[in-house]
Amino acid sequence: MNITYREIEGTSPGYYALLAVLGLFILLGLGAAMYMEHEGHHVTGMSNQIVWGMPHVFAVFLIVAASGALNVASVSSVFSKTPYKPLAPLSALLAMSLLLGGLIILVLDLGRPDRLIVAMLNYNFKSIFAWNIFLYTGFLAVTAVYLWLMMERRMNPYSKRAGLVAFVWRLILTTGTGSIFGFLVAREMYDSALLAPMFIIMSLAFGTAIYLLVLLSAYHGTGRALGDATLRRLKNLLGVFVAAVLLMVLTFHLTKLYVTQHHGVEQFILLDGGVYTVLFWGGQIVLGTLLPLALLFHPATGASRSGITAASVLVVLGGLAQMYVLIIGGQAYPMELFPGFEVQSSFADSGIAAYTPTLYEIALGLGGTALALTLVTVAIKVLRFLPLSLADADVDPHHAAAKDAA
Amino acid sequence: MSETEAPINVYRRHFLTSIGALTASVALGGALVQRVASARAPEEAVTGKVRWGMLVNAGKCVEGCDDCVKACDEENGLKSSGRSEIDAQWIRKVTLKDKTTNRTTVLPMLCQHCTTAPCVDVCPTGASFRRIDGIVLVDKHLCIGCRYCMMACPYKARSFIHEAHSDQKSWAPRGKGTVESCTLCVHRVDRGETTTACQDACTKAGHNAILFGDMNDPNSEIAKHLATEPSTQVRGNLNLNLGVRYQGI
Repeated sequence: MNITYREIEGTSPGYYALLAVLGLFILLGLGAAMYMEHEGHHVTGMSNQIVWGMPHVFAVFLIVAASGALNVASVSSVFSKTPYKPLAPLSALLAMSLLLGGLIILVLDLGRPDRLIVAMLNYNFKSIFAWNIFLYTGFLAVTAVYLWLMMERRMNPYSKRAGLVAFVWRLILTTGTGSIFGFLVAREMYDSALLAPMFIIMSLAFGTAIYLLVLLSAYHGTGRALGDATLRRLKNLLGVFVAAVLLMVLTFHLTKLYVTQHHGVEQFILLDGGVYTVLFWGGQIVLGTLLPLALLFHPATGASRSGITAASVLVVLGGLAQMYVLIIGGQAYPMELFPGFEVQSSFADSGIAAYTPTLYEIALGLGGTALALTLVTVAIKVLRFLPLSLADADVDPHHAAAKDAA
Repeated sequence: MSETEAPINVYRRHFLTSIGALTASVALGGALVQRVASARAPEEAVTGKVRWGMLVNAGKCVEGCDDCVKACDEENGLKSSGRSEIDAQWIRKVTLKDKTTNRTTVLPMLCQHCTTAPCVDVCPTGASFRRIDGIVLVDKHLCIGCRYCMMACPYKARSFIHEAHSDQKSWAPRGKGTVESCTLCVHRVDRGETTTACQDACTKAGHNAILFGDMNDPNSEIAKHLATEPSTQVRGNLNLNLGVRYQGI
């Protein structure tokens, strides 16, 4: 098997139109961030009750998806599946880009983004946040080296080992991201070690869905061949991951439901939480899990590119809904300071905290997403990330042989 | 003999009087020096021998009275923006109604100054810190405004500064984009004062529900109450060893 990687031409009107649209979103995001920074967070929907808002929904989603996007490369390097090898460089590139997009949102949402240097120079090592600063920067470094070893032919023999390091690193990274919430004993919705493995499984589903969308767009846009067998492998992988997320979500809520102390928050999310209940059942479960599973595993839609595309888009939207329910819903539900009492105060100790995201917050989130996609769009034009052909016979010699035999 | 004795007696009387006066002055002066020496100088580091804390008697707290909240706002320069959801509240009045018995209790809620404070644990830069004398504070130079401490605080005691504020107090800087909470009137403590603004207001109103003091000093009022009367910690199951204790809930 001899795969040839080539830069995409990137001179079509469509390519420039894509860059223009992405650039517009980046500008809008930057403008929103500057406005929020200049005015203060009172122009957002965030408050002393909902302290993390829409920017965090986007940021955590992108960071989680980033580690999952590397999965395709891991399947090739760590689990030695040859047909995934040509897909690996794009996988590593996408992982780095998504992480950068997510991090920029987090940084620009800080109360004092100008003090980023303070966060780089002062560490409290009991804080999982401080750990994550090293996990994120380390992930970028490890993945960059891994990418170089894959793309530099002379260094190829070492890429497997680097792939293993990157794989282990990404598992620790997602554990760290899940633990940001898992370590919060104060709030009913969090405080669960299950969040760490759940985030790992979520990352596999979100990352693979985004990978599929980028791959389909790139090969459709450039007119390069993309074989059905390659797509089938990836869509089956996505289906298994989505089902695994469902299992984790089920376990998470069942363990909470078993403990009387958590009945309140579970009733809130599952039954009478208004927008959060709608997003959980409608967004996360039906649109983001059951419908994609049906699309991916139904013989007709599972074999069609539009079916796979639709399923991937739904997994992304369902993932955002899941993040919204977890991050915003978890804060909207009041903390139980006094179990057994009805509580009233001037500081919203009782009742569900209200939150409506403002356009600025959404613009910042979309801006970071656009930045991630821009990095990929530009990178595949300047460097050789994409194989000239991903036709089945080129990717997997066995496939061609099997076809000939038949 | 008697004529010669008289002057000697006078001399001796004067001598003894002087010695007595001198001894008394030295003793008094020494006591004063001793007192000055044991009070902490501003440049001197705080000591772990002290644990500043507060005892709140909910039984004495009166429904409808928010003098402690007003006093805190006044003392620390907290002003309302007109939107309660983004206004800082270092201390707030909470009304509890027992779901079974309908009995109502009111009490002030504030930073509980935990020994193992979750806000200190999660702060990435170390801006959230606990002074050795038990006061949990935010270093306004290190806070990057990530709000992770607000996510982690089990008492919802922290506020984020959502907009720029003018007319700040020099002892309570309130920079936009950072997090703040009750300081146990640390500026007063560091001046050697022994009451907080909320306690003063509560005492002035005649309710005496708030008592501030050194929990480690067995002779302090607060330690005596804690040693002899029942008290409780809010969310005591979290085992955070709080600096604020409650009675009557």
